[in-house]
Amino acid sequence: MSILKQLMHKCRRKSPWLFHLNTGSCNGCDIELVTCLSPRYDVEQLGIHLEGSPRHADILCITGPVTRNTLEAVKTVYSQVCEPKAVVALGSCPASCNVFAGSPVIEGPLSKHIPVDVYVPGCPPHPDAIINGIARAAEILASRGVPEKAKGEPQK
Amino acid sequence: MSFRIPIGPYHPALEEPYKLELVCDGETVRDAVMHVGFNFRGIEYLAERRNYLQGITLVERVCGICSNVHSLSFCQSVEQLNGATPPERALYIRVILAELERLHSHFLWSGVAAKLIGFKTVFMTCFTLREKVMDALSAISGNRVNYGMNRIGGVNRDIADPQAVLNILGEMEHGITSAIIPIFLEDRTVASRCKGVGILTNAQAKAMGAVGPLARASGVPQDIRKAAPYAAYERFEFNVPVETDGDVRARLVVHALEMIESCRILRQALSTLPEGPFHTTPPTAARFKVPAGTAISRVEAPRGEVVYQITSNGTETPERVRVRTPTFMNMATVRFTVLGQELGDSPLIQASCDPCYSCTDR
Repeated sequence: MSILKQLMHKCRRKSPWLFHLNTGSCNGCDIELVTCLSPRYDVEQLGIHLEGSPRHADILCITGPVTRNTLEAVKTVYSQVCEPKAVVALGSCPASCNVFAGSPVIEGPLSKHIPVDVYVPGCPPHPDAIINGIARAAEILASRGVPEKAKGEPQK
Repeated sequence: MSFRIPIGPYHPALEEPYKLELVCDGETVRDAVMHVGFNFRGIEYLAERRNYLQGITLVERVCGICSNVHSLSFCQSVEQLNGATPPERALYIRVILAELERLHSHFLWSGVAAKLIGFKTVFMTCFTLREKVMDALSAISGNRVNYGMNRIGGVNRDIADPQAVLNILGEMEHGITSAIIPIFLEDRTVASRCKGVGILTNAQAKAMGAVGPLARASGVPQDIRKAAPYAAYERFEFNVPVETDGDVRARLVVHALEMIESCRILRQALSTLPEGPFHTTPPTAARFKVPAGTAISRVEAPRGEVVYQITSNGTETPERVRVRTPTFMNMATVRFTVLGQELGDSPLIQASCDPCYSCTDR
């Protein structure tokens, strides 16, 4: 691996940038994600940064059971996130549609439409669990960023 | 030449998915068109297909910020129909939960407003103080967001140690009076950013039926806690802060003063918590089957009046559950408040009516 690639690899693991996509969530998971940025949890000290554009983000954090009106946005935003990317499904809604299962306007679960890497269960999950989920996604992201022939080398 | 600026449905300035189309003349906003419906999950449809116990869990997920209010008004409506009167202690616990929720919602709103003003320090202060409310809520209910506290005929959990909550309340009150109140009421920077911005006149507020802190900031002294007391509100002393300016600054002041009033109610409720059971258990059959009829329950949510109408046909599932949320009334005012304002102020103005589109779309 060239020095630049090694640096990129390390940066990806150490500073994942998030894009938060609300697909019809009740705001419960969304406020818990915002809480992660507040002084008590302070994810920015771990290098995690909430970004306003999917094109600048590495990790897509999705909340909500995927309503019909947001389905196209989910696919578009997923395609806009640059490779390598990871998807975190926050809360029970994207995993199983939660209490909204059976509604004719719900297009979930999320895995029907885009691949999901990490599920963070809970209605809503505790901020600690969210941070743990994002940290796992960052590891997945780092392993995806390694070029094919360098995969055998021990990771630093 | 006028041009249209589409904002959303996914935009860093918006907390939730909805679309705002602003018609601008240079930097001046001439008109606004709002598109909602991204959060439509069909909750009313689902509530008509589930029994009453499942209904409580479902309506709690209408909104994650004011979840307790929805289950409270749902339970109050069903209690009117089946006559399960909650005991005195349950009414007090309901008030405590409702006020803690109002506090956390107002902290959240203040934080978001401060962030949009560009005062990020206050955003952090608000969220630090909000964590104390969350501590109190999770100590009482075991959860931080969806509390699952209300049941038909009372509450699910008791407050075993009111003193512990009173201690947290003391710290919170100190934070509000020493940090939030001086900044929102006296700070020159905040005043210069908010004064005269996004004015909603008294006549407009009345014409559009605005509710909650938005209406109270425009001089409409309307509060369901005073006008039609529910739970144990008539037993407590509190004021309803009203401002007459109708601008963003008035809304900041109303929210800040309401936090102090919430603390006052909490202090009274926690120190005079009556002894006794915290729920009545109706016979099993009565818990599932609700007598035929229609009941309406009104509750003052952090954002304004929530109305639930439940029609029962005597079976296990309700025939109709109708929800009217405060944002449904308040979002129409955005069109008038952004009129003639600077484009750069429009995120602050639309956030200052405290919108919650997941409530509105359901």
